[in-house]
Amino acid sequence: MKSPFYPIEVHDLTVSYQRKPVLYGVDLEIEEGSLVGVIGPNGAGKSTLIKTIMNMVSPNGGFVKIFGKNPKAGTKHIGYIPQKESVDWDFPVTVMDVVLMGRYGRLGWFGRISKDDRRMAHECLEKVDMLPYANRQIGNLSGGQQQRVFLARALAQESSIYLMDEPFAGVDAVSEKAIVSILKSMQQDGKTLVIVHHDLATAKEYFDHLLLLNMRKIAYGPIQKVFTQDLLQKTYGGRLTIFSEMASQAARQPEIEMEKSIS
Amino acid sequence: MPLIPTFDFYQIFLQPWSTPQLVSWNLQIIIMGILVCWTCGLVGSFIVVRRMALMGDAISHGILPGLALAFIISGSLGIGAMFIGACLAGLACNFCIEWLHSNTKIREDAAMGLVFTSFFALGVTLISGHTGNIDLDPSCILYGEIGLVPLAEKVEMSGIFLGNRAIWVMGVVFMCIGTGTFIFYRQLLVSSFDITLAKSIGIPVKAVHICLMLALALATVASLEAVGVILVVAMFVFPSVTASFFFNRLLYVLLFSFPLGVLYTLGGFHLAHWLDCSIAGAIAVTATLLFIPACLLGPKGGVCSRFIKS
Repeated sequence: MKSPFYPIEVHDLTVSYQRKPVLYGVDLEIEEGSLVGVIGPNGAGKSTLIKTIMNMVSPNGGFVKIFGKNPKAGTKHIGYIPQKESVDWDFPVTVMDVVLMGRYGRLGWFGRISKDDRRMAHECLEKVDMLPYANRQIGNLSGGQQQRVFLARALAQESSIYLMDEPFAGVDAVSEKAIVSILKSMQQDGKTLVIVHHDLATAKEYFDHLLLLNMRKIAYGPIQKVFTQDLLQKTYGGRLTIFSEMASQAARQPEIEMEKSIS
Repeated sequence: MPLIPTFDFYQIFLQPWSTPQLVSWNLQIIIMGILVCWTCGLVGSFIVVRRMALMGDAISHGILPGLALAFIISGSLGIGAMFIGACLAGLACNFCIEWLHSNTKIREDAAMGLVFTSFFALGVTLISGHTGNIDLDPSCILYGEIGLVPLAEKVEMSGIFLGNRAIWVMGVVFMCIGTGTFIFYRQLLVSSFDITLAKSIGIPVKAVHICLMLALALATVASLEAVGVILVVAMFVFPSVTASFFFNRLLYVLLFSFPLGVLYTLGGFHLAHWLDCSIAGAIAVTATLLFIPACLLGPKGGVCSRFIKS
């Protein structure tokens, strides 16, 4: 059954760190079941947007609603996969412990982990192909494996929304493919996924919606409409105005002209 | 006098247990030591995995002026007054550190160094200004004297003799902290490992943090007579760091601090008999002596295991 509310609704969101604005007047309505890529240059506020939705950062203006509720109550619907750098990989927990944490939200204050929870964690590890590593300490894994463990934890949460901050950073090609196919199957189960992504080249095949962000929202919509030369230029161009000016100057020279027509 | 007295097995290991009076006296010391190690080990494991070992150090030193003032005002060394004093001083210490590093250009580590030494110094001044008072001995608060624990007053309830008061207090503190850890283990684990997840599933992470700080203050105050504010940090840090070379799950690290606590106490007690030194100091030395082989040979990330892997 579809909820009458958007899974994520952001209205006129402004966020700044120590008076430096990072996000400015962002409006966003993400529909249920979309697989959204968030794209933009470094420092465009992609992570900040995710963190604000997760209620880790409080906005200076505007609001975030999750299924029509304020973030404090809404974040329990969200499975969050943190950026790799923000995890303490030396922490004494095994892969299984981490995945079981995904079940904690359902246990309440005094609940204990049940057999069903363990079975669920088991299944989630199987889905991401990490079952053989269940008893490893999380630091003794490759980057791709670490990312898959957190994906399994998110699966175990059985949330309806998933936010991921650069899940493909430092991940080998095989793991990346595996993660993408899991993301697509999650989408088929009706989950809403928002993923911060770095690589323009793969964005088109991974996502069905795209948010172009550079402090402001440049564009949001289905990928065919948004993934255009013009809008991408606008997103990345803000920082590259000097280069584009140089490019237009250079365009007067014939050999560059040729290169431009090829591209 | 030689640096190290001759090693006499009978003198060191059997003599302390040779008569019933000695056994009852020394057993009280051992029980106290073990309770201190267990209590501090539990709290310390969480402090260490949260990367707050230095904060633990700072807080345990910073509560000293609170203890001194509590004693001067209330005139007793009872745990109630001491705990309140310690909490207030601990909070003040914490607040000063936070304020300095968020409102001035001083970095957090420097702020910590500044604040806790100045609190500590203030405490030392307050105490040594009152040395005329027989109950408040600076060296006792700084270093503790577990050997004097059997001298603590006895508890009697409706005519039945129940034993040493200091041990009872320590035991109750241990039970409180142990029960709290057992009940809220999941909340403690997840808020230590992943604050965002903890927040999103409705765990009050701030409250968990404050409770942990209170437990730290409580454990410090309770262990004061036995090991003092300086060595108590060793009791916080050593068990979990040593255990982490053998186990890669927090639960096992916590559980391993129990046998370690027994080893530390027995080892320290007999070491002190051998070298004729402070028992609390010897307990900390034993902890160091056990840490070194663990660090070198421990299967989980010990120096040798890393060497073999590469």
